[in-house]
This record gives sequence, C-alpha cells and structure tokens, in this order.
Amino acid sequence: MIRTKVRDASDKQPAISRYRSRHVLSDAALKRLFLWPTLALLISINIFPLFYSLYLSFTTYSAIANQPPVWVGLQNYRDILNDSQLWIYFRNTGRFVLLTVSLQTIIGFGLALLLREKFRASGVITTLILIPMMLSPVVVGLFWKLIFDPSYGIFNYLLGYPAGRGPEWLASKELALWAVVIVDVWMWSPFVMLLCLAGLSAIPDYLYEAAEIDRASSLYQFWRITLPQVAPLLLIAVLFRTIEAFKTFDLVMGLTGGGPGDATELVAVNLYRLAFLGQWNTGKASALAYIVLVIIIAVSNIYIKYLNRIKEG
Amino acid sequence: MADVGLQHISKRFGQNLALDDVSFEIKDGEFFVLLGPTGAGKTTTLRIIAGLERQDQGVVTIDDEPADHLPPAERDVAFVFQQYSLYPTMTVYDNLAFPLRSPLRRIPEAEIKQRVEETAEKLRISHLLQRKTAHLSGGEMQRVSIGRAIVRHPRIFLMDEPLSNLDAKLREALRIELSHLQKTQGSTTLFVTHDQTEALTMADRIAVLDQGRIVQIGSPYDIYDRPATTFVAQMVGSPKINLLPAARENGNLHITDSPITLPADASVELPAALVVGVRPEDVVIEDSGQFSGQVMLIEPLGMETVIYLKSGGQTLVSTTPGITRLRIGNEARFSIARQRIHYFGSDGVRI
Ligand SMILES: Nc1ncnc2c1ncn2[C@@H]1O[C@H](COP(=O)(O)OP(=O)(O)OP(=O)(O)O)[C@@H](O)[C@H]1O
Ligand SMILES: [Mg+2]
Repeated sequence: MIRTKVRDASDKQPAISRYRSRHVLSDAALKRLFLWPTLALLISINIFPLFYSLYLSFTTYSAIANQPPVWVGLQNYRDILNDSQLWIYFRNTGRFVLLTVSLQTIIGFGLALLLREKFRASGVITTLILIPMMLSPVVVGLFWKLIFDPSYGIFNYLLGYPAGRGPEWLASKELALWAVVIVDVWMWSPFVMLLCLAGLSAIPDYLYEAAEIDRASSLYQFWRITLPQVAPLLLIAVLFRTIEAFKTFDLVMGLTGGGPGDATELVAVNLYRLAFLGQWNTGKASALAYIVLVIIIAVSNIYIKYLNRIKEG
Repeated sequence: MADVGLQHISKRFGQNLALDDVSFEIKDGEFFVLLGPTGAGKTTTLRIIAGLERQDQGVVTIDDEPADHLPPAERDVAFVFQQYSLYPTMTVYDNLAFPLRSPLRRIPEAEIKQRVEETAEKLRISHLLQRKTAHLSGGEMQRVSIGRAIVRHPRIFLMDEPLSNLDAKLREALRIELSHLQKTQGSTTLFVTHDQTEALTMADRIAVLDQGRIVQIGSPYDIYDRPATTFVAQMVGSPKINLLPAARENGNLHITDSPITLPADASVELPAALVVGVRPEDVVIEDSGQFSGQVMLIEPLGMETVIYLKSGGQTLVSTTPGITRLRIGNEARFSIARQRIHYFGSDGVRI
C-alpha cells in the first residue's frame, strides 16, 4: 500500500488547508496515474500496429504509394509460400539459427564452467568476455568486415594464411554464412555464459560434497548434479538466443548485406528489402512478418513446454 | 568397519579458532557421541574426518593409518549432513540409490533395489520413494538423508544431528532403530548432537565439546555422575543441575544467600570458596527433611514432577516421582543426598 500524503506547514494552518486536497492522492488515483500513460503508449505503438499489420497482410498496399489498401484475402500468404526463392531464405535462416545457437550454447556453457572457479582476475576476465555483447551489431558487423578482409584482415593471419592467400570469408558462397555465424557466436556466447554462470553459482557446494562422499566420479557429478540444476537457465538462454537469431538482421547488413548472391540472405534481411527497398511492398512484407512470428511462437512454445517439464521434474 | 583417531587437531577460520587441540579415539564398532552447544565445532570435526575440510594441525587416522592425504571418496565414510544435502532433481529412490550406483562400486541394479527398499522400510519412507525430494517436509528429508548413509556399508558413519528435525515420537522410534542397527551391524558411528537425552541414551562413549575444546570424554555414566566441569554438569541432565555458590567454614559448607548448611566432605580437600552441584533428583522432598523452602512453581510431567523451591536467595530445582500434593506457596521440607553432591572450584573444574 502506498499512501502519498504531502505534509508540510500547511497542516497546521487551517486557512490554507484546502490546498491539502490537491496534495493527497488515493491509491486508486496513483495506480491510474501510472497505468494510463503506459497503456496509452503500449496501445499506440505496440497493439495497434500489431493488428493493423495483420490487416495489411491481407491487402495489397505500399506505404509510399498514396493509395488505400486493397483487400486480397490470403493472396500474399499464397505468394510467399509458393515463392521458391523465399524457401531458400528460410533454409538459410534455419541453418544459421541451428549453427549459431548450438555453438553459443557449447561455448557459453564451457566458459561458464571455467569461470565458475574463482581465481585471480576471474572477475576482470568475466567482464572482458561480456564486452562483445554490449556493442552495437552494426558496428560489430563493420569491424568484423575488416577482420575478415582477405588481404589485410587479422582473421586469416591468425589462422596462419599468408597475406592475400587465405579464404575470402565474406565473398565465398560456402563460407559467408559461416562468417556470420562466427561473428554472432563471438558476440552472443557471453550472454549464454552469463546465464549459465548464474545457474552454476546457485548450485550449493554441499551437493558436490555429498556426491564426493557418495563416491560419484566427476563426470557422474556433472551429469547428475550440474546439468540438471543449470538446465532451466540454460534453456532460457537458448530460447532467447533462438528468438534473436531468427530475427538477425543488423549483423548481416553490416557484414555481407545478404550476399554473396543470396548465401546470407536471412528471412529478416529479406523482410527488410521487401518492406523498405524497391517497391515498398508493405502488404506482402506484413504477411511474411506474420509467418516469421508464427514460427518463432511455435519454436518458443516447444522450449517452454520442455522448460516446464524440467522445472516440475 | 574401522576405528578412527584424531590427534591434536586444530582448525582456524580466519581469526576464529573452531577446533583447539582436539584428540579422541573411536574404537571399532563403537557408538561415539559428540555433544556440544551450537558453534562448538561439532560439524567442523565431522568435516575434517570426512576430508571435506583440511585441519591446520594434527593427524586423522583411519585404521591406524594417517588418512590426511585421502580425498573424501577414498576415506569410505557415510555422512548425514546437518542440512540434509539431498539431490533436489532426483526422486527419493534415486537419492538412496545414488551412493550405490557409483561406478566405483558396480552393484547390480537388482541388489540396489533391494537395499534401497529395505532402508526405506526401516526409516518408514517407503511411501515416498517415487517423490521428488524438493517438496518433502524437513523430517522426511532428514530420514532420506539418514537413509542415504545407512544404505551403504561404509567404514564409519558420520551423523550430524540426524534426528533434530523430527517430532518427539518419531525421534524416539528412530533413536531405537539407529541404536539397534548399529548394534546388530557393529558399525562404527560418530554421532553429533546437542541433545543430552540422545547422547545419554545412545552412546557407548560421549565427548563433550565446548568452544572447540574437548572438555570430557567418558561413558554416559561418567559424564552424568562425574562431570568434569560445571559446563558438562549443566549440559547433561534435565532439568538442569542446581549449581550453588558456597563457602567453607569450620568444616561446614554455607550456601551463599541461603540458610542451607552442609557438613563438608572430609575425604576431599575443599577450597574456601566453591560451587556445589546437586542434581534435581538428589533434592529429596520429604517431611523429615532437614531444610525447608517455599514452593515457587510446579511442573507436572506425568512420570515425575519438577518443583522449584526457594530457600533464602537461592532457588533449587527438585524432581519427585509421580504427582505431588504440594501447591504453589506451600512450605516444603527437603533434604539433600549428601553422598551425591558434586564439588567444583570457582573456576568450574571438578574437585
Ligand atoms: N566455513 C567456515 N568459515 C568460517 N567459519 C566457520 C566455517 N565453518 C564453521 N565456522 C565457525 O566455526 C565454529 C564451529 O562451527 P561448527 O559448524 O563446527 O559448529 P557446530 O558445533 O556444528 O554448531 P551447530 O550445533 O550450530 O551445528 C563456529 O564459530 C562457526 O562460525
Ligand atoms: Mg553443526
């Protein structure tokens, strides 16, 4: 209960006590005061666009053409699902999500296991590892472009190739998607690490002590104690990363712009093209966005079901 | 089974001296109880024996061999943790089976099942076997925790207050069950408690620990009848022993602030100022009693009645069998069983 009452000298002076009523807010009034602006904001920039774009996805409409939307029913969806080009983008996205999320999980969890032991400077190292996560993806894309550069980039140099003779990461149809995966893993493994670290530090020491007395090997301890206890947080990390990976756009724009050819053209990138480049096909873009939304919700639901199962045990 | 020895063990946590030169020997097949108030260092002692904590000084021996270099797994002890330490993601069954499933043991699953079920039977947790441990009550968790120890046949059992969270009836039942188990299997057991009844009823020998130091080691009989200090005297016995400051004068002991005077025991050398200890059962209420006091409070316990008597500025506690006819405010006559009086110096050490 919050009761706001501004008391000051006026309390003692009946002459101006009528001002008090202006200073006293009831709980209900306070609730409304906080609630309505938020609701208004939410409705105008979240809820309304959500439903309006759903409507637009059933129309032919361009945001820059000065013409009203024309209802076409399911035509946009039919077009998209029959477009073999878009299926390639979906396949790219699927491969990207699978690769980047599984690598991030392995690397992030591994780092967390290493950093869980407190050693000198482990705090500093943890902070340093977290830095990539805090950078803007576009900036990351741009400077990794330099790092990947075949003639002077440091990446090939570190792999041991002589200058100019290494693979052209961003220009090769086979390697470009991998290049994006590498950068995404570099950027987001720390996020998985952070959540895993939180999960690991919540495991009480006495469980390991009990296990040691019970003569469990360290591998057995890992499988039977560490993993089950971290699983809920690890799964949340994976869920977040999966959703984010599905929507990856800025990193690709900074690195390859979807090229070479359509090797790194992810659905989100194509969505941007459809909506804001060339023909500004707002109706079809809305339909594509809704398809992506449904996929993400479906995948998330699988995770969440699994998560609940783990939690209930 | 095995015997265990501690020699001159000291342990510091920062500035805090948790154990100070602790030595004792647990013989093969013995039920050894470590009795002490909270913070005395009981858990620390167990952890050092188990190898979970490393002592600063001293040697731990198992079967007369130094064990200090051995990790917990190789010491082959079973530990009942004070805070249960159950594996929260597993069922009760899996918790009990966990130590048996260790790859180091290679016990066939059928035997594991049989042993787990036997153990659950003993501890009356058969109905819980398929439950997850996270939602058990404190007493249920405690029994699972005991079960995880007795399902094995270790060299020594280390039990850290394993009965503290049970209700009185269950505690009594399990006390008997554990004693019986220990006697039939002849298992070496180090049992930690701060409950004097548990200590007296279960132990072959008791070590009393106070602020990291061993105050006395002996049989329950020794500890009760020949307490080494006032601390031990107060630790065991319920209700607590009467400790009365006294002064010796002309072969008599005058209890301070009270008309009670006792003839001094000629067989021992008594200092001028001392503390007289009288167990409540040795303050005998009888009409022919030598002293008299006013009844301040009566606590009927059924089998016996606790009576608080005021004599001058001192209050004495007395226990009488059965129900008493006395009422609060009555004047009662009592005597003190003279041959059972304990004498302590003013520093608390037995004379
Ligand atoms: N890991 C630790 N770090 C610092 N001090 C500790 C640690 N473990 C124990 N101590 C201290 O050592 C002393 C003995 O602790 P211990 O746990 O052995 O007591 P105990 O006899 O088991 O008490 P209780 O009956 O409350 O369980 C206490 O003062 C405690 O604060
Ligand atoms: Mg303890």
